[in-house]
Amino acid sequence: MDDNKRSYSRRDIVKTLATVPVLGAFAYALLKKTDYQKQHSFNMADELGLKLYDDPEPASISNGQTIRLGIIGAGGRGRYLLEAAGFAHPNTLKHWYEQAQLNSSDTRYGDFIEQDDLNIEIRGVCDIFDVNAKEALLSCSNQEKSTELNEVSSKVKRYTDYRDLLAAADIDAVIIATPDHWHAQMGIDAAKAGKHIYIEKGLTRTIEEAFALRKAVKESGVVFQLGHQGRQTASFKKAKQLVDKNVLGKISLIEVCTNRNDPNGAWVYPIHPDANEQTIDWQQFIEPTNNHPFSAERFFRWRCWWDYGTGLAGDLLTHEYDAINQVMQLGIPHSAVASGGIYFYKDGREVPDVFQAVFEYPERDLTFMYSASLANDHYRGKVLMGHDATMKMENVLEVYPDNRSTQYRKQLDAGLISPDKPMITYQPGKNSLDGYSSATEQYFASRGLLYTHVKGKRVNTAHLHIKEWLNGIRSNKQPSCDIHQAFEEAVTAHMATIAYRENRKVYWDADKEQLI
Amino acid sequence: MNNPFSLNTFQLYAMVGLRVLTGWYFLYEGIIKLIHPGWSAFGFLMSTEGVFSGFFHSLAGNSTSLDVTNFLNVWGLIAIGVGLITGTLARIASLAGALLVFLYYLAHPPTIAAQLMPGSEQALWVDKNLIFTLLLLVLYAIPTSQVIGLDRLIFNKSNTHGR
Repeated sequence: MDDNKRSYSRRDIVKTLATVPVLGAFAYALLKKTDYQKQHSFNMADELGLKLYDDPEPASISNGQTIRLGIIGAGGRGRYLLEAAGFAHPNTLKHWYEQAQLNSSDTRYGDFIEQDDLNIEIRGVCDIFDVNAKEALLSCSNQEKSTELNEVSSKVKRYTDYRDLLAAADIDAVIIATPDHWHAQMGIDAAKAGKHIYIEKGLTRTIEEAFALRKAVKESGVVFQLGHQGRQTASFKKAKQLVDKNVLGKISLIEVCTNRNDPNGAWVYPIHPDANEQTIDWQQFIEPTNNHPFSAERFFRWRCWWDYGTGLAGDLLTHEYDAINQVMQLGIPHSAVASGGIYFYKDGREVPDVFQAVFEYPERDLTFMYSASLANDHYRGKVLMGHDATMKMENVLEVYPDNRSTQYRKQLDAGLISPDKPMITYQPGKNSLDGYSSATEQYFASRGLLYTHVKGKRVNTAHLHIKEWLNGIRSNKQPSCDIHQAFEEAVTAHMATIAYRENRKVYWDADKEQLI
Repeated sequence: MNNPFSLNTFQLYAMVGLRVLTGWYFLYEGIIKLIHPGWSAFGFLMSTEGVFSGFFHSLAGNSTSLDVTNFLNVWGLIAIGVGLITGTLARIASLAGALLVFLYYLAHPPTIAAQLMPGSEQALWVDKNLIFTLLLLVLYAIPTSQVIGLDRLIFNKSNTHGR
C-alpha cells in the first residue's frame, strides 16, 4: 500500500460496515408490518368485488352541428347556468382573473377557461327585468371568454316576451331558469315549438302543471333535462353501484336534510336598486298566477310565496329526493305527511322555514324522510340505513357496517370491520383506494381540499349536466334527468306541499295516477 | 484519529446511535409513501398556512410540479435515510435532511392560531419538524460516519492518519 492509502484492517471493515445490518433489520420489520397488514387490514371493497375507482371515460362533446340556444330567465340561476355553458360576463371574468392574481388558490378563472367548449351559440335572451337582460346580452356575446367586451354581438337578440323567443327560427333549444310559476307554461310552449328543453327544478308550481308538462314533452319528443346537476356527481353514481350490489342489505329508512342559517339561504335575496315598474314587466311576471300589485320583494324573493313557488319542498327537498331517486329508483311514494311552520323568518312570507316530510314506500318496505331548517346550520347528511350497513352519501361516500348485520357477521366477529369505522370509503379525485390513514384524508375532504374530479380534472357539475343534455340533442337520446324522472320529482314534492298546506295525509294512486 | 471532536467512546456511540435512528425514521417515511400508491403531497401542500403558503400551493398547482415534488420528496427521504443509517455521505444527508424538514416546518408553522394537522404534535412554535431540523444540524456538525460508516471507506484516501 502506498502512503495515501493506509492498509485496511479487519477492524476497519467492521467499523465501516457496522451500521449496515440496520438496513436488514429495517427490511425485516417492513416485511413483518406488510404481512401483518395483509392479515389484519381487510378490504371490504375488494372482498365484495367492487371496482370503486374504475371510472368510465367522460363523455366527450360530440361533434356535429353547433346548437343555437335561447335563455329564458337570466337572473342568479340563469347567470350561473350561462357560465356553466361557457358564457360569462366580461366583468365577472375580469374579477375572477384579478382574484386569481391576488390569490393563487382562487381557481375560478382557470377552471372556467379550461372548461370544455360545448359547441353552442346563444342567440336569444329573455328576461323581464331590463338589468338582467342587458347583462346577459353581453355574457352571451362573450364566446371568446374575454375580460374586455363592450359590444353586444349582432347574433344575440333580446326578447321581452318568451313566446317570441320560442318562435325564432335561429333557436334550437332553450334553458328555462325562471321562477317556478312560469316553468310549466314555458316548458309546454317550448315543447310545442319543437325546442329542446333544459329546465330548472322544481319542475312545476302545482301538481296539475306537472301532468300537463309531461304530456307536452312526451308528445313533442324534444330532448328534456331537469336541472338536478347532482345527477353528475361521481359519488352518487358510485352509491348506486353499492346499493345495487346489496352492500347495505335491506334498506328500511332513508334520511335526508337541509340545514341553512343565513338570509340568502332563506331566499331573502338582495333587491336590485334599479328594480321598479319601469324596469320590470310585472304584468308578465304574474300572468300565470294570482294577481298582486307590483312588489320588488315578491319579484326577487319569490320563493317565499305560494303564488310563485313551493318553498323548501320545491327548492331543496327536490335536490335531496332526486339524489336518492337516482341511486334507488324510488319513484313516487305511496303516501306523504308533512309538518313545520314559519318559526324564524317572520318577514311576511307564506312558506315554512322549518319543514318535515315523511314519505312511505310500502312496496319497497321503506320510509323516506326529509327534515329541514333555514335557521340552523348544523350539518346532517344523506343517510341510507340498511340491515347490514349504513351509507353516508355526500361527495365522499362512507359505508359503516351494522353491529347486528347478518351479511357481515363473520367479519364483524373476526374484528376485521367495526360499526364505528367505515368499511368502504369512496373519494372522487383520488385514484386509489386507501386502506389506512383515513383520518388525514377525511380532514382534507372536510376542508374542501379534495374537489370533485372527472378523470383527475376538476369540473363543475352544472357544466356536465348541460353537456349531457346537449349530447342528448345531438344523438337524439333523453339524458339522465328526463321528463319521467322530473315528473316523479314534481309529484313527490307536491305531495309534501299539499300534505302541509291541507294538513292531511296524501296518497298516490299509482294505477290511476292521481292523488287521494 | 480522524474525529475532530475527539469524542470519547460513549459520545461516539451515542452520536452513531442517534444518526442511525434518525436515518431509520427518514427511511420509513420515504418507503411508506413509495409503497402506498395513492400517496401525494397534494393535501399537505394545499393545506399549508403562513407566509409561504403561496409557494407551497403553487407546487401543488400544476401536475408537473406536483409530480416533481412527490418524486423528490419520496426519494429524498429514502436517500437521506439510507445515507444516515449506513454512514454514506452522511454530512450531505444531514444537511439535506435539515433543509427538507425545515420546509415541512415552514409549510405548517405551529403558530398559536395554526390548525393542527392530524397526527402532528406541537408545543407552541416548537414542533417535531423543528426539533428534527436542529437534530440534523447537530449530526452535520458532529459527524461520525468517517469513524463508523461507509464514509470511512469513501474518505479513506485522505484519511492517512485514521485510527
